[in-house]
Amino acid sequence: MADTSGNEDWNVVIAPDSPWWRLHLGEVWRYRDLFRELVVRDLTATYKQTILGPIWVLIQPLITSIMFAVIFGMVARMALPGIPALLFYMSAIVPWSLFSGVINKTSATLASNAPLMTKVYFPRLIPPLSSMTSTSFTFFVQLALFFVFAAAYRLSGSYAWSPGTALLMLPALILLEMMLAFGTGLIVASLTTRYKDLRFLIGFAVQLLMYMSPVIFPLAKVAPDSPVRPVLEANPLTPVIEGFRGALLGTYMDWSTLWYSLAFGTVVLIAGLALFQRAHRSYADVV
Amino acid sequence: MSADEQPLMVQVQGVGKRYRLGTINRQQFTDDVKAWAARLLGRPDPTVPVGAEVDPQRIGEDFWALRDISFEVRRSEVVGIVGHNGAGKSTMLKLLSRITLPTEGTIRMRGKVSSLLEVGTGFHPELTGRDNIYLNGAILGMPKAEVNAKIDEIIAFSGITHHIDTPVKRYSSGMRVRLGFAVAAHLEPEILIVDEVLSVGDAEFQRKSMGKMHDSAASGRTVLFVSHNMTAVRTLCQRVIWMEHGRIRMQGPTEEVVGAYLANYSKATTERVWSEEDAPGNAVAHLRHVRVAPASGGDVFHWEDPIDVEIGLDKHTADKISVNVQVLNGDGAVLFTTNLAEGLPGLVLGTGRQVVTCRFPSHLFNEGDLMLNIGVALKGWPSFRVEQAVAFTVIEPPRSGAWHARRKGMLRLAIPWQHRSAQ
Repeated sequence: MADTSGNEDWNVVIAPDSPWWRLHLGEVWRYRDLFRELVVRDLTATYKQTILGPIWVLIQPLITSIMFAVIFGMVARMALPGIPALLFYMSAIVPWSLFSGVINKTSATLASNAPLMTKVYFPRLIPPLSSMTSTSFTFFVQLALFFVFAAAYRLSGSYAWSPGTALLMLPALILLEMMLAFGTGLIVASLTTRYKDLRFLIGFAVQLLMYMSPVIFPLAKVAPDSPVRPVLEANPLTPVIEGFRGALLGTYMDWSTLWYSLAFGTVVLIAGLALFQRAHRSYADVV
Repeated sequence: MSADEQPLMVQVQGVGKRYRLGTINRQQFTDDVKAWAARLLGRPDPTVPVGAEVDPQRIGEDFWALRDISFEVRRSEVVGIVGHNGAGKSTMLKLLSRITLPTEGTIRMRGKVSSLLEVGTGFHPELTGRDNIYLNGAILGMPKAEVNAKIDEIIAFSGITHHIDTPVKRYSSGMRVRLGFAVAAHLEPEILIVDEVLSVGDAEFQRKSMGKMHDSAASGRTVLFVSHNMTAVRTLCQRVIWMEHGRIRMQGPTEEVVGAYLANYSKATTERVWSEEDAPGNAVAHLRHVRVAPASGGDVFHWEDPIDVEIGLDKHTADKISVNVQVLNGDGAVLFTTNLAEGLPGLVLGTGRQVVTCRFPSHLFNEGDLMLNIGVALKGWPSFRVEQAVAFTVIEPPRSGAWHARRKGMLRLAIPWQHRSAQ
């Protein structure tokens, strides 16, 4: 009679605690349509009101690169000899903007989705994952732009661009950088639910980090006995940015330093996921 | 197959939800660092208010929004959850919707669950109506293939065919609600959890939405329905859970629980008795009691029943006085006034304790809350008045059909109609 179906096939069980390492990735997969819709929303809504629309994706890094090329290339002469300043700066600014973009979007994910999170259930990892994806879409457009410029330099004969086999490292570098940025973003997102001040600090911190990474100058230009050198070497982003240069321009790169970044990235990602699991559970109660 | 043999769809066991009062106030990072440093050095926590440190258990008072909640819902049951504001209804709804987690206990559910706490959640103003249907559908857990299959139906249901490719920011609020409900109405969950989203939109659209609700209940869906609207609860639900102070006060068949719920509510407000010391009044008279009750006895004010009002007063003057009753609706609008001088023109009350009564006819008030102001006048001049002396709630009988929202209008009169064929 009564309930013959037993106790095992409850497909939704809501209980106070589940361990932080249970990420419910199956649930995330089931909501893949939501993931896609949020990515599409981000991409279409951002540029909808602007006159130039999606062209901004190209203009933004181009202007920054030209600006850096002018300021640092002509005044400070930071670029490596023989490499056009524009390519030199783009090769680092494009990956840097991926890093800062993912950190900024991910760290704001709880706050910017508060209206949704207090009304509907869905796997809470979906919004940060989708905003990371839409940000990386911008990155790939910019990367394509870099290749267009590099090819143009080569065709015009003014610079014999040939990155070599190091280019094969590109996918690994991209994944590693996203891992670092996503993990850090999740940590910041979790902490901002408790410490609202962090929201204002993160902008400055990311900016500061840019000057502590070899974005506008190559590591080779920093003297071994310089006081900034240890800071740069401790920064897990340094090998990544230098790696992008090595892959895109064929400059010298000690690839073994990437292991340090990978170890750091793994720790940051796990810490980020754990903290985020804890934070989003209580988020609806404190918002 | 009787109702008891249907499989369990929802099982709630010993669920409680605690909110910590006070702890969430400490939001500054420096405070946490100070507290942490102090603990490390073995000094008293500088961020705890002086006096509170005597009993560390008392830091951050607990507030249990829900406690010891257990109930079960079987397949194709429609269960209503009623209760006053603060009874824990919305917390229960949030737990069932998986927006927040319980502090203790477990909730188990079987099958696809959809929860509607509002319509149009996550609409993006820059996107078109059509884009938002896909977005909102995905948010509510509808796969894209399903939205694709139903998109024409959804657009037709919303009635926004012409503007479906216009950004939603140009929509009126009514249009947004209609679009949101159109998506929600096409979800096909096995368990549906609904808040009072039914009380939105214009009359025509409400009728359509309620029809859809009715269909889903009739087609064997399990529905949990949280509402203030007793007419809707009584028409839709077979069983009702009455919540009070975060606990279940009563659960059982709808009429039983709704009757007890309304009776309990009215007991507190339908009678006022004053002692000699605090009786309102002046040298003319003092009001001693006011009582309002259904003429048929009982505690529930049915629309089909006349309503008796009884007023007791101590009259001090020998002059002729009048007692008047103002009837107000829940919004404070005066529906009408009646008084003793017009009701019994020749009557001159003697001094001492006097009791007067009047009877409101049946089929008069629209469903909802009503209040009475009681006043005393001397020779046609107002002498004193007691605002909102008593209050009561009129309900109408369960309706058939799909329309359960409150009818418009302050009164609901039984108007005679006639018909002749003019062929």
